Amino acid sequence: MSPAPAPAARRRATIGLALLLALLIAAPYGVNDYVLSVLILVLYQAYVGQAWNVMMGFAGQLSLGHSLYVGLGAYASAALFVKFGIGPALGLWAAVAVSVAAGMAIGFLAFRFHIGGTYFALLTIACAEFTRIGFDHLNWVGGSGGYFLPVAQRTQSDLLNLRGTPAMFYYVLLAMTAGAFLLCERLLRSRVGYYWLALREDPDAAQALGIHAFRYRMLAMALSSGLTALGGVFFAFYYNNLFPEQIFNMGRSIELSLGPIVGGLGSLFGPILGAFVLTVLAELLRAGMDALKLEIPGATQFFYGFCLLFVVMFLPQGIWPRLKERLGLGAGPPEER
Amino acid sequence: MAALLDVRGVSKRFRGLMALQRVSFEVPRGEIVALIGPNGAGKTTCFNIAAGVFPADSGTITLAGTRIDGLRPDQVCRAGVGRTFQNVRPFMALTLEENVIVGALNVLPRVADARAKAGEVLDALGLWAKRAEPASSLTLPERKRLEVARALATGPRLLLLDEVMAGLRPTETDQMVAVFRELNERTGLTILLIEHVMRAVMALSRQVVVLNHGEVICRGAPEAVVRDPAVLECYLGEEAL
Repeated sequence: MSPAPAPAARRRATIGLALLLALLIAAPYGVNDYVLSVLILVLYQAYVGQAWNVMMGFAGQLSLGHSLYVGLGAYASAALFVKFGIGPALGLWAAVAVSVAAGMAIGFLAFRFHIGGTYFALLTIACAEFTRIGFDHLNWVGGSGGYFLPVAQRTQSDLLNLRGTPAMFYYVLLAMTAGAFLLCERLLRSRVGYYWLALREDPDAAQALGIHAFRYRMLAMALSSGLTALGGVFFAFYYNNLFPEQIFNMGRSIELSLGPIVGGLGSLFGPILGAFVLTVLAELLRAGMDALKLEIPGATQFFYGFCLLFVVMFLPQGIWPRLKERLGLGAGPPEER
Repeated sequence: MAALLDVRGVSKRFRGLMALQRVSFEVPRGEIVALIGPNGAGKTTCFNIAAGVFPADSGTITLAGTRIDGLRPDQVCRAGVGRTFQNVRPFMALTLEENVIVGALNVLPRVADARAKAGEVLDALGLWAKRAEPASSLTLPERKRLEVARALATGPRLLLLDEVMAGLRPTETDQMVAVFRELNERTGLTILLIEHVMRAVMALSRQVVVLNHGEVICRGAPEAVVRDPAVLECYLGEEAL
């Protein structure tokens, strides 16, 4: 490990981030619709990955049921829009409220009764699964047959109602991803961030240093589920169709955790890098198979599995910490890791 | 002057084992008291009850007149009790400085203030040069010092030290002793330590409490305690004379 973060390394990191942001802002002007749709997918994975990372990477609680918050957020905002004509600008607050309530309920059960580790993961899976089954039978929002949002014209953008061109969706998502990144960066530099990392590293030692474990874990849960719900709102208005079978699927929960794991668990840039690497490589794989007229069912899942295996074996900290060293950005304080 | 820590009639049973039986002793303000005794005598159990890890079956523990038994560990810490763990538990992935900042945040909510305090504490324990290294890179003696630094950073009135000298070389022990003595004299910090290293016990403590089979069998000045026949028999052995 290298010594204290030189201010120069920090400056380089800031410049690098600014350049990346500029590139991402300019992107819709230089790419075709297909590439734009892939970039949207990348940013979506980066955003929900960042939200998941708060739970696992920062607070050290393995949630494998984050699709629950995506689904609740999506259904809440969609139902308000379709049934009551309430747009997502207002609906997102309801979406966040519902997801945070669910997250806090799960958190209360787990942290109050000291359910940790794999048992916590099982609890989160179970809650996502029974919600999926519940929504399959909830005919008010379409049940297992799916719930559909009216598809509007896509030539004019209506930001408040999230109706518009792919470019508009792209910018909305870019703003969300950048916002989540900045929020996490600020939090990691604050007391909360230090307390989360301490709880992740050793809960008993953390408590002996005056940290109220229950309170700070609940806070991580609330933040993570709330942020994830916003991803769900985006999902609903971008895809316009919701199926419990898909959105609450455990596979989705695992998928959104892959980015941060591959990119670098607990790091700020890891979820973004991981989402980029996984999504782009998976798209290339798909394009390559199309070109060769190959059809292998489950090839993407196999590929994700391979990536995970590779990272676990050769880069157990994820790609970002190693890449960062190579780029001379140093192993700084936790907020930069 | 009233005792800072007052342990009164504390009993604890683990299933069939009576770990502590009506244990009573005081730690006067500004004093250094050592808790000694053979393995399994109940020393760490006593610490864990004081630190809020688990409750006592009966008895009370008060800190400056306020009851702290039955509180959670974080509440005990905020009441002014810092502790170290017998098996050191640093936050491995964090740097030394970050480890100590976590402790300092207990009294200084702003990270910048906590960082300044962490610097002072690291310096006092001779760890300043390694502040940017991850705790996982430290040797055991260094980890012990980090453990102390982190507990000290929480700004305790009472410091509970659980075998911080174990595994140290004599010169390292003497350094540690000097650190605690200096802290005690300069800041009036009260210390209760569990220790097997008699060299440290004799050098530091003004009072010794001896536990055996969960009972206090002897209390007094260190010089008197090491001559007590009961203590010699159960713990120190005849050759200690």
